[in-house]
Amino acid sequence: MMKPENETALAEMVKGAKGPLRVIGGGTRNIGAPVVGETLSAAGLSGVTLYEPGALTLVAGAGTPVAEIEDVLAQEGQRLAFEPMDHRGLLGTQGEPTIGGVVAGNVSGPRRIQVGACRDSLLGVRFVDGAGRVLKNGGRVMKNVTGYDLVKLMAGSWGTLGVLSEVSLKVQAIPETTGCVLLYGLDEVAAVSAMSAALGSPYDISGAGHAPVGVDGHPVTMIRIEGLDASVSYRADKLKALFANSGAEIHVERDPAKVTEGWRWLRDVAPMHGGTSAVWRLSVKPSDAPAIVAALREVSGDLKVLYDWGGGLVWIEAPEGVDPRTVEFAGHATLVRGSESLRAAMPVFHPEPAPVAAIAQGLRDKFDPRGILNPGLMG
Amino acid sequence: MEMPAPDPSILARKARIVERLQKILPKQAVIEDEVETRAYECDALTAYRCPPLVAVLPASTEEVSAVLKICHDEGVPVVPRGAGTSLAGGALPTADSVILGVSRMTEVLETDYENRFIRVQSGRTNLSVSGAVEEEDFFYAPDPSSQLACAIAGNIAMNSGGAHCLKYGVTTNNLMGVTMVMMDGEIVEIGGAHLDAGGLDLLGLICGSEGQLGVVTEATLRILRKPEGARPVLIGFDDIVVAGQCVSDIIKAGILPVAIEFMDRPCIRATEAFAGAGYPDCEALLIVEVEGSAEEISAQLERIIAIARTHNPVELRESGSAEESAKIWLGRKSAFGAMGQINDYMCLDGTIPVSQLPHVLKRIGEMSKEYGLDVGNVFHAGDGNMHPLILFDANKPGDLELCEAFGADILKLCVEVGGCLTGEHGVGIEKRDLMVDQYAPQDLDIQMAVKDVFDPRWLLNPAKVFPLASSEERRIAAE
Repeated sequence: MMKPENETALAEMVKGAKGPLRVIGGGTRNIGAPVVGETLSAAGLSGVTLYEPGALTLVAGAGTPVAEIEDVLAQEGQRLAFEPMDHRGLLGTQGEPTIGGVVAGNVSGPRRIQVGACRDSLLGVRFVDGAGRVLKNGGRVMKNVTGYDLVKLMAGSWGTLGVLSEVSLKVQAIPETTGCVLLYGLDEVAAVSAMSAALGSPYDISGAGHAPVGVDGHPVTMIRIEGLDASVSYRADKLKALFANSGAEIHVERDPAKVTEGWRWLRDVAPMHGGTSAVWRLSVKPSDAPAIVAALREVSGDLKVLYDWGGGLVWIEAPEGVDPRTVEFAGHATLVRGSESLRAAMPVFHPEPAPVAAIAQGLRDKFDPRGILNPGLMG
Repeated sequence: MEMPAPDPSILARKARIVERLQKILPKQAVIEDEVETRAYECDALTAYRCPPLVAVLPASTEEVSAVLKICHDEGVPVVPRGAGTSLAGGALPTADSVILGVSRMTEVLETDYENRFIRVQSGRTNLSVSGAVEEEDFFYAPDPSSQLACAIAGNIAMNSGGAHCLKYGVTTNNLMGVTMVMMDGEIVEIGGAHLDAGGLDLLGLICGSEGQLGVVTEATLRILRKPEGARPVLIGFDDIVVAGQCVSDIIKAGILPVAIEFMDRPCIRATEAFAGAGYPDCEALLIVEVEGSAEEISAQLERIIAIARTHNPVELRESGSAEESAKIWLGRKSAFGAMGQINDYMCLDGTIPVSQLPHVLKRIGEMSKEYGLDVGNVFHAGDGNMHPLILFDANKPGDLELCEAFGADILKLCVEVGGCLTGEHGVGIEKRDLMVDQYAPQDLDIQMAVKDVFDPRWLLNPAKVFPLASSEERRIAAE
């Protein structure tokens, strides 16, 4: 395994590569079609290089552990706004998730509906392209329209366009407190409808998810609010009133530790931990979600399902062989967990219409002319 | 500002090109008369003008596609145009180019409150997007100061911001999908009512690409429910460094105002004389606005005021009513007009790390003396997006050039302290030649390689964004 300790060494290794490279950060997110090649780990490019709490900006080597960044931020009462998921439980992997891995996968948690995805917090990148050139784009300021936005392009490109060496992020102050309005007993259609009502309210929701089978075995819908203490109380009351006629049993959780625990459970897709069957991640128009799930149940019988992003993100655990893409819907589905043979046998990422796929391939050819960076990973 | 010389073979083919365009568009949608094309000779960067060969105003994605097919076939450069409010010259034509204006494409195609999006044709103005969802108390968040006039197409091309992006983000953070026509006429759909890309994030790439990758004809935009209320506080300081520190402390305290606006003394004096908003005569003034219910607003303002007091403000004025709020915003909103009353001005939008604010303001003051040109600063302080307004006299020979040199020095300073050339206006022609100060040759090369993929013949808005010398080889090779 190659593990460069600095950007120059990284560039030399990529330039000198004789064949395909399997690019990894902490190696905790083995998502995508299996890549055959020499492993190149960015984990050695580690460390926070700049942190200005008053400007809400942090710059770190791509190999910096997420945990280290979260610690550094917490000391100043700040955090990553997009609350990246930890994939280890779901995928059964070991190791230390890195910030470069988070960026490469555009990994975003429940707060995505309020503050945007990882790509929306990403201010700048440095990376080495497939020709071994050290490149930069963006910077460390909040607003930047100087030239093309390759920052967004690099987020979610899974190491196929370049090997990230440094990322610059906008961070967020941790609010005074958090609370969660829990609705028990709603079916999936009613739950998505309730989440839409919450997200369409002026109460600044920072999370909206639904588990058809919650921790206690019953359906639970979770609506999160964050802010000043008085403000969280006020908005919780307003939401309770909003749902008074929903038929749900309503409970407001105000213990921040319990709220955090509950949202981590949802963020990390805890109900599907430990299994080996395929797990799919669907990004859809929220109100379409229950019907898509119902159609899939007709194909494959019982499914484990978890809704996040107000219904816009659906996690589905299904037997191998079930492909949600056989049901027609607007959006996309990614096979997040699957055996190596399954991931080799079917497209892991949602196949794109021909003209879009042609653009994507054209970009890969420019960024990685030799086709050596995670070749085939995204299809 | 240099532009490429027009291609004589295109100029010679004008009649044929016009005839082909007239076959696919209604008569009034093809503007070829030399007097009428003058309406498209510039955008809001009025110092540079050149009427196009012809201007076309298609009414649908299909018509845009048909226009682009012809232009592609004829090898004619195309300059896409929203409402023509670019401050950077993004819609400046060349004499051999076709202006493709989307101003007739203003329809709302779909409004979905349940899923919180609106789909519009790209010629619709920014403010009228919010207007279309106002009855349900929703709004579209990005609010560039030209929002009454500017089109969504231009907002997407330049990734426009506004005063309230501190909380809500800029265009790219609120754009969910586009219908885009490629230079060869192919129509592509990217994104939609769902979140995030299934493959590479092409939407993020297209937003801010200044009309060089394709022509966006329709857009799916995120809409939000309006907050229950909003209220500003005005804080005056006798020292710009202290004002900058106050901004930093507010941000660090974990309160997220929707806007933190900053004005310096020259700007305060100019707006006072112009609008009479009752601003204190001091070195620096902050307007901090927060949102929520009445109680939430009070609680947040209380904290902000407590922080401000630790910095010995000379003035602290909390708005108690809608009228008082309007009065606090009045001066800020008329700042550009006020400066324009004094003289011609050039408005820059370099962005810097917030921590560099005092240093940069001090250096701008020193440079103002060296150049002998007055400058006022009014900007979005929360995100470091400066707006120095340099005053000059357009009728005085050499003054524009002097002002441009001063502006370039300010932007180089922004880059030097870790910032960038443009935070929300775009590069266009205005900052094109400064790109080498921010990016190394290979960084520009990879961006130009992106354009090669979308527009291999470099026909879409070709003379923008990249220094002409950097793009020359590609533009010539593509001919």
